[in-house]
Amino acid sequence: MLFFIAFWAEKNAKSKWINNPIVYTLSLGVFCSAWTYYGSVGVAATEGATFLPTYLGPVIASPIFIMLLRKIMRISKHQRVASIADFISLRYGNNRFIGALVTVTCVIAILPYISLQLKAISETFEIITSGNVTVDNSGSIFSDSTFYIAVLLAVFATFFGTQTTDTTDKHIGIVASVAFESIIKLLFFLIIGVYVTYFVFDGTEDIYNQFSAIADIEKFTTFPDIYGGFNWFYMTVISFVAVFLLPRQFQMMVVENDRERYLKYAIWLFPLYLLLFNVFVIFIAWGGNVELGDTVNSEYYTLLLPLKNNNIVLSLLVFLGGFSAVISMVVVSTIALSTMLSNNVIIPYGYLEVFRNRDTERNNKYIKNIRRLAIFSLIVVAYLFYINFSKQLSLFSIGYISFVIVAQLAPSLFIGLYWNRGAARGVVAGIVAGLLVVFYTLILPVILDGILNINSFVSEGPFGITLFKPYAFLGIDFLNPIAHAFFWSMFFNIAAYLTFSLVGSGNYRERNYAEMFVRSSNYSDLQEGAYVWRGEAYISDIKRILERFLGSEKTERAFDLFYKKYDIPKDTVMADAKLINFSEKLLIGSIGSSSARILISNVVKEEPVSLAEVLQILEESKETIITNKFLKEKSAQLTVLTAELKNANEELIFQDKQKDEFLDTVAHELKTPITAIKASAEIVMDDDEMDNEIRLQFLNNIVEDSERLSRLIHNILDIEKLSTGREKLDIKECDISETIEKAIHFVTAEVNSKKVSIFNSTTAIKLKYDEDRLIQVFTNLLSNALKFVDENTGEIKVMLEAFPKHVLIYIEDNGKGIPKEDFNYIFDKFYQSKNQNTKKPQGSGFGLAICKHIVESHGGAIWAYENVEKGAKFVVKLPR
Amino acid sequence: MKKVLIVDDEPNIVMSLEYTLKRNNFEVFIARDGSEALEILKTNIPDLVLLDIMMPEVDGYETLKRIRLEEKLNNTKVVFLSAKNKASDIEKGLALGAAKYITKPFSIKKIVSDINELLN
Repeated sequence: MLFFIAFWAEKNAKSKWINNPIVYTLSLGVFCSAWTYYGSVGVAATEGATFLPTYLGPVIASPIFIMLLRKIMRISKHQRVASIADFISLRYGNNRFIGALVTVTCVIAILPYISLQLKAISETFEIITSGNVTVDNSGSIFSDSTFYIAVLLAVFATFFGTQTTDTTDKHIGIVASVAFESIIKLLFFLIIGVYVTYFVFDGTEDIYNQFSAIADIEKFTTFPDIYGGFNWFYMTVISFVAVFLLPRQFQMMVVENDRERYLKYAIWLFPLYLLLFNVFVIFIAWGGNVELGDTVNSEYYTLLLPLKNNNIVLSLLVFLGGFSAVISMVVVSTIALSTMLSNNVIIPYGYLEVFRNRDTERNNKYIKNIRRLAIFSLIVVAYLFYINFSKQLSLFSIGYISFVIVAQLAPSLFIGLYWNRGAARGVVAGIVAGLLVVFYTLILPVILDGILNINSFVSEGPFGITLFKPYAFLGIDFLNPIAHAFFWSMFFNIAAYLTFSLVGSGNYRERNYAEMFVRSSNYSDLQEGAYVWRGEAYISDIKRILERFLGSEKTERAFDLFYKKYDIPKDTVMADAKLINFSEKLLIGSIGSSSARILISNVVKEEPVSLAEVLQILEESKETIITNKFLKEKSAQLTVLTAELKNANEELIFQDKQKDEFLDTVAHELKTPITAIKASAEIVMDDDEMDNEIRLQFLNNIVEDSERLSRLIHNILDIEKLSTGREKLDIKECDISETIEKAIHFVTAEVNSKKVSIFNSTTAIKLKYDEDRLIQVFTNLLSNALKFVDENTGEIKVMLEAFPKHVLIYIEDNGKGIPKEDFNYIFDKFYQSKNQNTKKPQGSGFGLAICKHIVESHGGAIWAYENVEKGAKFVVKLPR
Repeated sequence: MKKVLIVDDEPNIVMSLEYTLKRNNFEVFIARDGSEALEILKTNIPDLVLLDIMMPEVDGYETLKRIRLEEKLNNTKVVFLSAKNKASDIEKGLALGAAKYITKPFSIKKIVSDINELLN
């Protein structure tokens, strides 16, 4: 019957009966194996609602389906991924070892699972034929019916699972039959459910009442405590994870998926399917308990109930339902596993050399044979496992052990999908750590306690160390063994994965793929995406390899398409990165990603983005950084310059303003004598009756003001010359004492008229200076002094003090002194003291300013003493 | 006889103004700077003040401000006499309440006629 459906489907592959979302969803029903079919009832009968997490996980997972699966599907289709091992190894740079590791993990997980199916078949077969639960196994294998069932399954799987070598081709026959079986098992399970509930009993209420009469109903319907909640939580997470990772689920969900949009239906149909499956579980369990009690294996209530009521037909139906659940699980699992084994372990680790020099026909045959052999041996090993171990264990516990083992792949897959730093060595470390923990906390105790009957390990811990008790590691004793093992294995797995991933970055290839996987939402970027791949090869070499696996016709066709797509001329000799990636992907379908990678890299002169190149990239970025730094420095310099400019500008503005003020003052100073001259001249001119004396006075004023005017002009020009440095000093070696004497000589007339005395006590000392200018300085200082001293009593002293490096010349008088408020301004231009004795101010207000300029241009200084008791005291300092 | 106060720190200019005004029958007071002028104004109320601006200590602007604070000086007209001839300076002077702003160098005849005009 199943063979027929598979055949029919293969022939009508295009039919809408097969290519639709319902079939796709039903094919996902492969999740419900014998474990579901029989195991759930057993658990429900003994532990209550604990069977639910197995199905809650997938139900909860279904909304996330869209998010996660879409990503996985797109990558898988694009990269032609054929199994979960391919997927994970590809994510980590097509790492051959990871592919093998994942495969081995899956085999370890699934073998007991398959043996569980065999156990179910064999035991139910026994019940149907003899009504006895215990299987007599004393005879040889050949007298064991299970053996023949196993062989039958192997033949079916082999035949339909290995139709083509390209594993990414769909197994439409398998999909159709799995879908059909999903209908059968659900239908029959519902039938028995209805039968038990409404025919054996009078509806749900009746069962409830009868059951609560004999058992503590509370225990079956509520959580015992908060820890029960933890257990529930972890169990749910386990099956949530498993629904993605079980090879058979991956096979059905991803590899056999025809169209992405089917997902939209699957996300609500699949949970619905699971819910329907679980509707009657609890009632069958309770009903069975009421009818049959604890004397028989509660896992087989579904069979035993109708048998007890002598309904043979119904029992047969149930048996057939269970049988089909087993078939689909075993067939799909073995196909998935055999693909993984051949592509990720056997070919890359052993037979690659053999293939390289063979023709297409032989290679294909060889690959198929490897897979067939793999399927066969898987089932055989599972059978042997069953014979030796499974009999003592319940369906439920074997199932969960498988789940926990397969869950070790979860961190690598899920985290790796969203975290681009996840690295290959992290995967290896994580999976190995996780598996070790599972072995210690779950498998070892089962072997020791359950099979060898050594109890001390579980109850007291290894060598009596209670902290390391396998079921209560580090004192966490509130979880059930499964949840406990899951918790700790995940803990170490994730920790190792993260730690080792962060320790260093992988090679360029690994990063390349990580980038592709993590950023796959940007799907168009993935187009033949070679990120950092550097390499070149002769197209003819690549073609030769492809032809060996795909045949020349298919190879030509693929290349034609590729050329057209990228508009590459057909006579191109060297392959570029895109073509190499494309070819590798074509090969992945046939021999798996690891092998494809090895084959291609043999003909591709791959420059593995050599260290030199990486260094160069680094160098470039370093240069960028340096340039950046340089720019920053420049920018800082600019800022400084800007500030300087701003200051200079402010200085200029200030100087400009000063100049304005200077000119204003000059104009004012010039206008003053002019005004006086003009007014006086006007008066003299107009007034004929003026006294002669007054006329003379006005004329005198005119002369005086004219002199003042010319003096003013001379001084203005002088100070302008001095302050702009345009005046060249005429430096000669002279005697300072003589120079002072000359200056005194200039003011003799005034001294005599004012009848004051001058004392010059300076001594002869040679200095280098411009004599005319210094005479100007001393004359100025002397006439200033003369202005402020009183007639007759005035005294002016000139003294000199010599130091090694300089001389000081003092000019002291006993006049009115410098007013305190003026002290700070006396060297400013236009300063004129009000304290002058003469009624009319003389001087231009430039005298001291000019003196200051002259002395400073000689490298000297001039200042006045403050707080002199009487008169003023000026000092001129000149360098020697 | 009209009274005029001359405020300037330039003796030769003061002398010319004093001589001319006296010849034109004005009573003349003389101050060498702002503070001296304010001192004189305490006891005398001239009809007009000829006020220089650039003087040491209290300058012309300040002097005018203080004059305007004295109620008894309300009828006293103030004429600025200054070498400062920028428009802003003139504006400032007039804004403070000066009747006229005459820039130096001035015509002495013109000053007399201006004063007469202002006082009649």
